[in-house]
Amino acid sequence: MNRSKWRNVGAELMANKAGIVAILVLVVFALAAAFAFLSSKDPNEMNVMEKLRHPGAAHWFGTDDYGRDYFARALYGGRVSLTVGFLAMILSTGIGVTIGVISGYFGGLIDSLLMRFVEIIMSIPSFLILLLLSIYLKPSIGNLIVIISLLMWMNISRIVRAETMSLKEREYVLYAKASGQSSFGIIGRHILPNLVSVIIVSATNNVASAIMMESSLSFLGFGVQAPNATWGSMLNGAQGLMFSSPYLAIFPGLLIFLTVLSFNVLGDILRVGFEPKLGKR
Amino acid sequence: MRRLIIRRLLQTIPMIFFVSLVCFALVKAAPGDPVKTFLPPNIHQADIERIRHNLGLDQPAYVQYAKWLKESLSGNLGYSLVNHMPVTKQILDRLPATAGLMGAAIALAVLLAIPLGLAAGSNRNKWVDKLVNLFAYIGISVPLFWLAILFVYFFSIKMHWLPSLGMHTIGKKGAIDVIKHGILPCSVLAISFLSSYVRYIRSGTISQLKEDYVQIQYAFGSGKRTILFRHVMKHVLLPIITLLGMSMGELVTGAIVTETVFSWPGIGSLGMTAVRGLDYPVILGITLFSSLLLIIGNLLADILYGFADPRIKTTR
Repeated sequence: MNRSKWRNVGAELMANKAGIVAILVLVVFALAAAFAFLSSKDPNEMNVMEKLRHPGAAHWFGTDDYGRDYFARALYGGRVSLTVGFLAMILSTGIGVTIGVISGYFGGLIDSLLMRFVEIIMSIPSFLILLLLSIYLKPSIGNLIVIISLLMWMNISRIVRAETMSLKEREYVLYAKASGQSSFGIIGRHILPNLVSVIIVSATNNVASAIMMESSLSFLGFGVQAPNATWGSMLNGAQGLMFSSPYLAIFPGLLIFLTVLSFNVLGDILRVGFEPKLGKR
Repeated sequence: MRRLIIRRLLQTIPMIFFVSLVCFALVKAAPGDPVKTFLPPNIHQADIERIRHNLGLDQPAYVQYAKWLKESLSGNLGYSLVNHMPVTKQILDRLPATAGLMGAAIALAVLLAIPLGLAAGSNRNKWVDKLVNLFAYIGISVPLFWLAILFVYFFSIKMHWLPSLGMHTIGKKGAIDVIKHGILPCSVLAISFLSSYVRYIRSGTISQLKEDYVQIQYAFGSGKRTILFRHVMKHVLLPIITLLGMSMGELVTGAIVTETVFSWPGIGSLGMTAVRGLDYPVILGITLFSSLLLIIGNLLADILYGFADPRIKTTR
């Protein structure tokens, strides 16, 4: 990973208004989730007198059918969604890169076995496994992160494997091999540093898909358990109240949408920045 | 060509075997005793053992697996724990609703994606491109279930244009009624599929337009439209075949989510009911069934790709 590549990415980001907006959105959401406790309202405090208030000065996003402040719930819900998205990205990237590098570098039997394994996992619809596992295990945030990661590392491992296979034929790698460096030394010194850009791009997209998975699961009622809010479970509750209180369905969905959109936009900008030969989009 | 088909078929058999093994392991991993959930709580231990023996549950796991595999291969996926109906029948009963919805959504998505993608790719950075790109970005980022909810709110609750629940109006029959009910779920799915197809076709068009043959066509005096539709389109459609094969997994997610929101009586909502009621045989039947579809989808995509692009034959 050389410095000019990073400069390229920086330039690409700065030149792109959408990129700046995406970063701003994510920073604001992350700060809001991190400092959610500064809000004076308790996200799980019920108040029957205040139920289904429309958005206004007292309740920015209104209140839900239990009279809970919807803005506070959105703040804490964002905390869950962003944590799950971010940690699942780290874990799945870790697994994917490890398997991809081993498979691509050593090749042969290990490679065929690992890649067959990837194919098998990929041929069972991941959302069904996600649903199944979330019934078996109690869906705490930690479990959710592990399950989602275990269903998301395959793509990254395939990309990393292909890239490693081409890297290991480069002259400097062959030279390092000939000069007697150990395999893991070569992987650490010559292969991994050259994978950084590929990994960052896939990791960015993985955050988006992890957030999408978590919210779909919570929307169907299988994510983090009540009364704790996530954006997906808030939508689940809102569905039946659309007639009187459509705003309950608008806000959480909009937040998921903006988060996922920002990560997708960033992922694309990073890819163009890292691989200028693909051309500006 | 024949060798490619035979090789891919041979690769598919162990895949199906391992997938079935994973499915079986998932049943075995299910918490709770499958016998006790059936029976009244005050039953004798001896009776439990007898039932367990009759059901073959006292045999080692590999014997149980062999039996289950044999039954599954002959089309018997077991019986629902809730209503005791055969799982295969339930899936097949629901299949037309899901297949119709998905087929219509995919067809709509492909038909719209081709002209949009070609237009965007050939007018790079002009307003058409920017508009299509923006739309595609929104489409891949919007949660399917939220889009579905918004559609229900706007088109059914606000405007009263279209029904939002189920497949039939009670007491009404006929194709028109079904189509009316299908418009909203179908559009939601089509938008989500369309967005990823458009991005592929657009980037395919961009890279194809740089190829030599396009320049030669220009030099011969062919118009832009002729080049696009007669030459570029052929090459751009290829990746769509694989994309269709690969997107079977997304189809499953799409079916579960949309059918749940719109109460569409298909396999997705059957699956959700089964998951809610911990009806393991049904869940596993659906998992196995959709995995098979996914494997077959990929197989067909590979073979079709081989037909469409003869170069694949030798390299794969």
